[in-house]
Amino acid sequence: MSTSISTADLSREFCKILPRASVLDREEQLKPYECDALTAYRQLPRLALLPSTNEEIQAIVNVCRRYEIPIVARGAGTSLSGGALPHSDGILLNLAKLNNILEIDPHNRTATVQPGVRNLAISEAAKPYGLYYAPDPSSQIACTIGGNIAENSGGVHCLKYGLTIHNILALKILTIEGEILEIGGKNLDSSGFNLLSLMTGSEGMLGITLEATVKLLPHPHDRKVMLAAFDQIQNAGDAVNGIISNGVIPAGLEMLDHLTIQATEMYCSPGYPPNAAAILICELDGYDEELEVQVKRVSDIFHSHHAIEVRIAKDEQEAELLWQGRKASFPALGNLTPDYYCMDGTIPRKHLALVLDNINKLSVKHGLRVANVFHAGDGNLHPVILYDANVPGELETAEKLGGEILELCVEVGGTITGEHGVGVEKLNQMCVQFSNAELETFLAIKNALDKKQLLNPGKAVPTLHRCAELGAMHVHHGKLPHPELPRF
Amino acid sequence: MYIMENYLTPNFHGFSDLRMNDYAQEIADKILTAYQQKQPLKITSGKTKQFYGRKINAEILNVKNHSGVVEYEPSELYITARSGTPLSEIERIIDHKNQILPFEPPRFGASATIGGTVACGLSGPRRAYSGSLSDCILGADVINGKGEQLHFGGRVMKNVAGYDVSRLMCGALGTLGVITSITLRLLPKPENEQTITFETSCTEAIEKMNQWANTPLPISATFHDMNTLYVRLSGSPSTIKSSAKEMQGEFIEKNETFWETVKKHKHPFFDTELPLWRISVPPSTPELNIQGECLMEWSGALRWYATDSDERAIRTEVERVGGQATLFKGNSTQNIFHPLSKASMKFHKHLKQVMDPGYILNPGKMFAEL
Repeated sequence: MSTSISTADLSREFCKILPRASVLDREEQLKPYECDALTAYRQLPRLALLPSTNEEIQAIVNVCRRYEIPIVARGAGTSLSGGALPHSDGILLNLAKLNNILEIDPHNRTATVQPGVRNLAISEAAKPYGLYYAPDPSSQIACTIGGNIAENSGGVHCLKYGLTIHNILALKILTIEGEILEIGGKNLDSSGFNLLSLMTGSEGMLGITLEATVKLLPHPHDRKVMLAAFDQIQNAGDAVNGIISNGVIPAGLEMLDHLTIQATEMYCSPGYPPNAAAILICELDGYDEELEVQVKRVSDIFHSHHAIEVRIAKDEQEAELLWQGRKASFPALGNLTPDYYCMDGTIPRKHLALVLDNINKLSVKHGLRVANVFHAGDGNLHPVILYDANVPGELETAEKLGGEILELCVEVGGTITGEHGVGVEKLNQMCVQFSNAELETFLAIKNALDKKQLLNPGKAVPTLHRCAELGAMHVHHGKLPHPELPRF
Repeated sequence: MYIMENYLTPNFHGFSDLRMNDYAQEIADKILTAYQQKQPLKITSGKTKQFYGRKINAEILNVKNHSGVVEYEPSELYITARSGTPLSEIERIIDHKNQILPFEPPRFGASATIGGTVACGLSGPRRAYSGSLSDCILGADVINGKGEQLHFGGRVMKNVAGYDVSRLMCGALGTLGVITSITLRLLPKPENEQTITFETSCTEAIEKMNQWANTPLPISATFHDMNTLYVRLSGSPSTIKSSAKEMQGEFIEKNETFWETVKKHKHPFFDTELPLWRISVPPSTPELNIQGECLMEWSGALRWYATDSDERAIRTEVERVGGQATLFKGNSTQNIFHPLSKASMKFHKHLKQVMDPGYILNPGKMFAEL
């Protein structure tokens, strides 16, 4: 097993591949890697490695395979689900040094990049050609494309422009066997199975991304940003449905509830109506006259759903101000509370009001405040549970409340994660969403492609044993048979 | 439960009785028996794409009867239908609510079903502009090679729980499982569509199409047949008018009929006895060095050749530009699909082993080894 080689010997092995300075083994060097953005889970790896070439990564994988050492690949460590949490017996493979944009091809509208390239850096490099990379997770200044692919990241604009899977064309993957697998190309169709879909969102468990070719899009002709305020959350939810049913697909459609509005006002004063129960921020893009027609249509829909105020940004500056509050929501909520826990379920839009109402009830039941700021247009909720980790038991209560919110999402026909991934965080809820036969399929895929369970083991797919311990939750939605069992 | 209410609400346009047309259990039983008896199965449905893929001999498993729209939620932009549901029925139902399938499926016969469409993974004219068939898949019910009924994905666009097995079914030609139901994302129908034309050579057409693709012009389809380039514009009448003016094209009258012809391969080009090659290349690739007439779609990313040129010569030329070639139609003992690398084939075999350990679902339909 993985303990068959001492850490010192292992370190010596890697020093044959990497410069000494790229093999981190002292506790103070490993500390920065002990967690990702889900800080409630922490674990030091045995070693952290900083390769700078594909050949080095290949050699590292070969050593790990020989000694059966688990590998956790990591980009910027912005995962909100613990996807990059180290393994106690394993190495942490930091891909940050592989940060070259290998090619911008304006003729075919593609960018070929290494995994450690930041999401926003792609759009910056494509800007001179009038192109950009569409997926824009809120962490886009920092998060890397390798992590985006592992998690199939979304963002504010994915309602119209899709998730990572809709915007990548090719991947170069290193398998645990040390072989390089080329998937896709700058062309649109490839023979064989749809491996691009299988790899995207597989949380680093089926291979290591060495290179990605992504689609670049031309910037939209023009955009308009609107704000609508409602005194009842139900009306805001219905307005969201009204817009989509009317054949309008906004570039972004976001909702902020009362608590979030108050927090952002205190934080950066975006000028949101302070008494509203909820506001919607809607971005539309398109051509001049057509855009005007859409703005009018959406404005009418807001009014017909009893909006107490509808505001249309006059210029780019005002548009940015309207977005600013939304973008600052999380730090703003952070000011209200010592700790917060951000959830990520998706539900059919029509159940928005019902689910928000039930979240409120769960919040009262567990005695913790929950703020809601989310991608309303595609039903992707981000309930933010406010708690204080220094109060004994509050973290556990927050996790329990979070788990119940996700089970509620599954119950109304949704899913436990829209864009943050399962990681270590939502393993129990996977037992709710999938049957044993379905989980067995995932486990068999993992087993077939990584028999020794070395690539990011223990993430994304729970063992059947774990689900059995939790009880037959897949059948009995939302009713935990053994609430006393530890939930992580 | 909320989902069940939808199953039981007869609120649409005379769907046939859903309970009557649910044959999932029967199909699963047949597959289980075949698995136990090591009996290979050839999966069929509307039989409109039997020309596609390698020829195989096996006991026929027809899933056409397993049909019906299970859920349609216009405001949620999705439809769930059993695999035997005719494509035409789905398009009719969603058209009623002014919605479209974003990938604009090609159609090779009236009896085409949604299951066969997904299994073949082919997208039509709109693909390069509003996404592929795979992009539209939100979820799928699948029976694996052991007769187990499985459900992957869901009904919502953002869903990253578990490996994406539902999209893995797209284009797998039934070799990984029998699709019993599929949930697809829909888009609102564009307010208006018009087509403009240009008289141009192949080289100039490739240049033009790729220049336009770098701008936000509302292009939703392109087609070039030797000397005429057709470009479909979608949006409001005013947007179409101003775009056409900017592009300096001539409007054609029969916009819809023209694209129906393209989708159904009724263009005279396709009326050929020669082997038909479907070639996927980076869109701005210059004219290929392949003998024979060429049609282009998708801003140049899809090229059709009717030619009896040597297979190896075609594949070598296509590989040179980073593309792939499929022998779409043509009686041949050659490889149909572009050969996989050794590492990729190994990966494919592992997946086949997981989903169909008895090697009974359409064995050899894609590659002899799968």
